[in-house]
Amino acid sequence: MARSVTRRRKITFTIIAWVVALLIFFPILWTVLTSFKTEGDAVAVPPHFLFFHWTTENYAEVWSRSNYVLYFWNSVVISIGSTIIGLIIAIPAAWAMAFSPTKRTKDVLMWMLSTKMMPAVGVLVPIYLIFKNTGLLDTRTGLVIIMTLINLPIIVWMLFTYFKEIPNDILEAARMDGATLGKELLYILTPMAIPGIASTLLLNIILAWNEAFWTLNLTASNAGPLTAFIASFSAPEGLFYAKLSAASTMAIAPILIMGWFSQKQLVRGLTFGAVK
Amino acid sequence: MGSILLKNVSKVFGGHQVIPGIDLSIDDGEFVVFVGPSGCGKSTLLRLIAGLEDVSGGEILIDGRNATELPPAKRGLAMVFQSYALYPHMTVRNNIGFPLKMAGESKETIDKKVREAARILNLTNYLDRRPGQLSGGQRQRVAIGRAIVRQPGAFLFDEPLSNLDAALRGTMRIEISELHQQLKTTMVYVTHDQVEAMTMADKIVVLNIGRIEQVGSPLELYRSPQNLFVAGFIGSPRMNLLTGEEAAKRQATTVGVRPEHVALSRSDGEWTGTVSVSEHLGSDTLLHIDAGKLGQITVRADGEFDVRHGERVYMTPDPQRIHRFDANGQAIR
Repeated sequence: MARSVTRRRKITFTIIAWVVALLIFFPILWTVLTSFKTEGDAVAVPPHFLFFHWTTENYAEVWSRSNYVLYFWNSVVISIGSTIIGLIIAIPAAWAMAFSPTKRTKDVLMWMLSTKMMPAVGVLVPIYLIFKNTGLLDTRTGLVIIMTLINLPIIVWMLFTYFKEIPNDILEAARMDGATLGKELLYILTPMAIPGIASTLLLNIILAWNEAFWTLNLTASNAGPLTAFIASFSAPEGLFYAKLSAASTMAIAPILIMGWFSQKQLVRGLTFGAVK
Repeated sequence: MGSILLKNVSKVFGGHQVIPGIDLSIDDGEFVVFVGPSGCGKSTLLRLIAGLEDVSGGEILIDGRNATELPPAKRGLAMVFQSYALYPHMTVRNNIGFPLKMAGESKETIDKKVREAARILNLTNYLDRRPGQLSGGQRQRVAIGRAIVRQPGAFLFDEPLSNLDAALRGTMRIEISELHQQLKTTMVYVTHDQVEAMTMADKIVVLNIGRIEQVGSPLELYRSPQNLFVAGFIGSPRMNLLTGEEAAKRQATTVGVRPEHVALSRSDGEWTGTVSVSEHLGSDTLLHIDAGKLGQITVRADGEFDVRHGERVYMTPDPQRIHRFDANGQAIR
C-alpha cells in the first residue's frame, strides 16, 4: 500500500524545494539586479539588495561599446545550426538503434555517452590545431561543427529513448501497409515522435547557446557568440561588475525567455521514459 | 486469390531453432486457425508468412508465387495486430486510407473505399475521430478496416481479440466470422484460446514447440486427436487422461475420456469417487471428483444434477468415446 504523505511532510518538502530553487536562481537574480546598479553600488559593502539608485546606463554603454547584434546572431546560427544538423544525423541513427538493434547497440550507445564524460580540455590542443590548419578557427562553420559533435551523443540518446517508446507493431503495420523506409520515417515515426524531437531540439539549442569552453577557445572577434560577448567584458575591464552583469543579462535573456515559454516541452523531454 | 503453401519453413533465432521445419497448405478462402500454448511458435509462423521475419530455411508460396524473399507489402497480405497498431496521430479515415495512400491511389478512390469499409464495419460515425477516442472494439474494427481496404489475398490475424473483455470478444468473434462469409477471403488467425479456434475455424493447426501436432477441422480434432497433446489441448474442460491399470485393461499406455462423455449416477457405475469441487454453470455442472488411485476426474453433468462437496458419486465412461494412446503418446486406432 502506498504511504500517504502527511500535511506536515508536504509543507516541509515544499519549503525545502523553494529554498533550493531560490538558491539556484539567486545568482541570476543578483546578476540582473547588479546590471541596474551604478558601479559604486555594485561593489558596495554591505551589498544593496533592492534599495539602490536604479539605472540603465550599463545597458546603454554595453550596447554602444560592442556589436551585440553580431554576437547574438552568431549564437543563433551556432545553436540552431548545430542542433538541426545533429537531428538530421541522429534521427536515422536513433531509428536504427531503436528498431534494428544488434548485439553491440548498447555498447555503441555507451561509447557515445562516454565521450561526454571526458574533460573537453583533454582534446583542446588537437582540435585547436585541426581548426587552425583547416581555416576553421573563428568561423561560424567551425563552431557549428564542434557543437554538433559535442551534442550529438545527447541528441542520439534522447531520440533513442523516445523511439523506444513507439511500439514496433505500429512500424510493422506501416510496412504491411506498403510504406517504404522513407515513408515510414516521414508519415509514422516522425509525427509520432514530434514531442520528443521538439524537446530534444529545445534542450540542445540551450546547451549549444550556453556552451563556453569551445566558443571561448576557438573564436575571436568574428564568430564569437554571446558567451564570448560576456567574456569580452570580464577580461579587459577587470572589476566593472555592473557592466559585466548588464552584458550577462543581455546574453542570457533570449535563452531564458525561450526556456520559459517551452518549459512544458523541456520537462517532458527530460523526464520522458522515467514514468509510464 | 489467397492460397498459401509452406514448404519445410524453419526459423532460427540466435542459434535457437524456434520452428524446425513446417509443411502446410492453406487453400484459397479457408479460415485457418493456428492454436497452441504460449511460446509454441504460432505468432512466429504468422510473422514468417507476413514477411515481418525472414525465414531461415524453406519456401513460402502465396498464390503459387514464391514469396519467400518478398517484402511484407509485396505479398498481397494484410495483417491485424494484437495491439491494433493503429496510427495514433491519424484519424480513423486516415488510418483506414493509409494503405491506399501508400499504393498511390487517387483521393477519390481512397475516399470511396474508406467509406465502404466504414459502412461494413459500422464505423461511419467515427471517421473523424482519432484512435485514442475509440473503445477497444471500435479500435479493433478500425484495424480490420485498414486490412480490408487493400482487398488482400489473405488476412493475417495475430491474437486480435486478446485485449478485449469476454463479452466483446464473443461479439467480435461473430463479426470476424461474418466478415469471412461476406468476403470469402483466406484468413489465417492466431490464438491461444481454443474456444476461438473451435468456433471460427474451417481448419485448425495445433502447434507445440514449433511443430505441427495435428491439422484438421474442429470436430476432427475433437473426435479423433492424433496424440496426447492434441487430446489434452482441444476441448474445455480438458480430457481426463488415465494411466496404469485402467489403461492396461484397454491395451493402451494412456486412455482419455472427455468430461462430457462420462455418465454420472448416485447408485452404480464403473468408477467411484467423492466430489471435491462442483461448479454450477446453469446449463451444466462441472464436477471435479477425487477418484482415489485413478486421480482427479472432471465430469460435465446436467445443470439439474444437484450434488455437494464430499458426496459419493459413480461414473461410467462411454466405451465408444474412449481414446487410447501408446507409450509415445500417439493415438491407437
